[in-house]
Amino acid sequence: MGKTITEKIFAAHLRDTPSAGNAILDIDVVMCHEITTPIAINDLMERGMDRVFNADRIKAVIDHVTPAKDSKTALQGKIIREWAHRHKIKDFFDIGANGVCHAIFPEKGFIRPGNTVIMGDSHTCTHGAFGAFSAGIGTTDLEVGILKGVCSFRTPETIKITINGTLPDGVFAKDIILSIIKRLTVKGATDKIMEFSGPVVDKMDMAARMTMCNMAIEAGATCGVCLPDMVTVDFLWPFIKDDYASREEAAADFKKWHSDPDADYAEELTFEVSSLSPQVTYGYKPDEVKDIAEMSGTAVDQVYIGSCTNGRIEDLRVAASILKGRKIAAGVRGIVSPATPKTYSMALEEGLIKIFMEAGFCVTNPTCGACLGMSNGVLAEGEVCASTTNRNFNGRMGKGGMVHLMSPLSAAAAAIKGVINDPREL
Amino acid sequence: MKEFGGACVLLDRSDINTDEIIPAKYLTENSKLALKPYILEDLKLNGFNPKTSLEGARVIVTRQNFGCGSSREHAVWVFEVNNINVVIAESFARIFRQNTFNCGMLAIELPKEDIEAIFAIEAKEIKVDLKGQEITALGNGKHRAAFTLNPFDQELVMAGGWLPYADQKY
Repeated sequence: MGKTITEKIFAAHLRDTPSAGNAILDIDVVMCHEITTPIAINDLMERGMDRVFNADRIKAVIDHVTPAKDSKTALQGKIIREWAHRHKIKDFFDIGANGVCHAIFPEKGFIRPGNTVIMGDSHTCTHGAFGAFSAGIGTTDLEVGILKGVCSFRTPETIKITINGTLPDGVFAKDIILSIIKRLTVKGATDKIMEFSGPVVDKMDMAARMTMCNMAIEAGATCGVCLPDMVTVDFLWPFIKDDYASREEAAADFKKWHSDPDADYAEELTFEVSSLSPQVTYGYKPDEVKDIAEMSGTAVDQVYIGSCTNGRIEDLRVAASILKGRKIAAGVRGIVSPATPKTYSMALEEGLIKIFMEAGFCVTNPTCGACLGMSNGVLAEGEVCASTTNRNFNGRMGKGGMVHLMSPLSAAAAAIKGVINDPREL
Repeated sequence: MKEFGGACVLLDRSDINTDEIIPAKYLTENSKLALKPYILEDLKLNGFNPKTSLEGARVIVTRQNFGCGSSREHAVWVFEVNNINVVIAESFARIFRQNTFNCGMLAIELPKEDIEAIFAIEAKEIKVDLKGQEITALGNGKHRAAFTLNPFDQELVMAGGWLPYADQKY
């Protein structure tokens, strides 16, 4: 019997099998941010266990609320900052160099095919885009990860998702993943891996693959994963060029992680995207998804472009493409948060920031802020936001607020018209 | 190991998410105890009032996919600091379930029929027999249900959580 990519990664990292179906894995990369890590640090200190298993394999960032908005968030930053300095964690990104964790860590080349990655953040599944096993975990798992470099998982089954066809103009990875979550429901992939493949995924750039894998958790999945190929190699090349004689050699090496043709899947689903329309959520669950035409005319108070789902340069380019020479509708607040300093710099150089500003957008520093209603764009009761983020839970962006998830193009179109509309008609 | 069982509260909805259990704005707290007043603050459910409905509760009974969404362990701690250390559901989101066992608490999965029966008798109390892997719900009648704990999860509960377990073993 062949193995899936995830089974191969599990086999290569297996430390222990405490009972049938449970695996203790050695972890390659433990990532930390200032919301879930400070309590772990405090607890380890109280227990007299303030140690790290390997400072080079721990990556840390302040991203959720930055700059600090009040004394409590300032303290969270202080705790993780002092901890990073105390343990000589060199890959620590603080203000001026910080960005949204699931955008900045891939940008730095920290995640490689075949890696195991954990973070106290549910959207850690993003990094499966590189052919890694990457999972969100809680603070206790994080503590053990920091201390011992191991984490426990139930041996996951895999849902193979083949995406066929040709993606139409105006339709993006975000629309595909929303349509997949709609079919699977918010619990359809619980305890499972979503393995994305097929001609549409083969053609996707890493940003699009990250958008897909990022939202795997919204169907309950442990991780989304794409098979590492030449697209992966090209993205990682600056970081791996000394390890391989050529890009072809790297791509051939990455193939060792590919799922075998006779691998066993829990389920195999096929999606045909040639006639897919832009998608949008309508309720308080990410599986409550409709064609955007069905929501056309819904008024919005705020438009948010950013987050670990859709705050990358590719997303900003798409949004700017229809904002150029246009103004956002009167009464609509537009907010764009480039996900990393590099994204921000590129957007400046490419003239995108000017386009956003001339259209009437507020451009914030890189931060998660508004996505989870912590800062930089919290909604008031009864307000509606067209958002490129990943969760539309009740109260997510502010108590009593409503969030409609969509692609950056659809969000930009909503900003221009002041109502949700099909961006292909603009 | 903790003591399990006691008065229960029934939350009759699937997909109760972590933002409903503890909204993100409280994630700036640096102690578990500080979360205490905010339990289930954003949960909108007929007849449920987070300020009064949970008085004396030790056990939560609910439907499918409880704890979906964020990885925040705050969603487990907020129960812990309110003296609730058992959640019984038809199914859980993976991270919430793991966080619960990692804290030495119980996330018990029961078949739909048993959950239906517990709701049907409007259970007021749940007795938990961890050794015998059985719960007894008491309300307008009595319902007993067997449950199965993964042996590893059971070890975590016995050890008082993943940190003491892992510290000793790895």
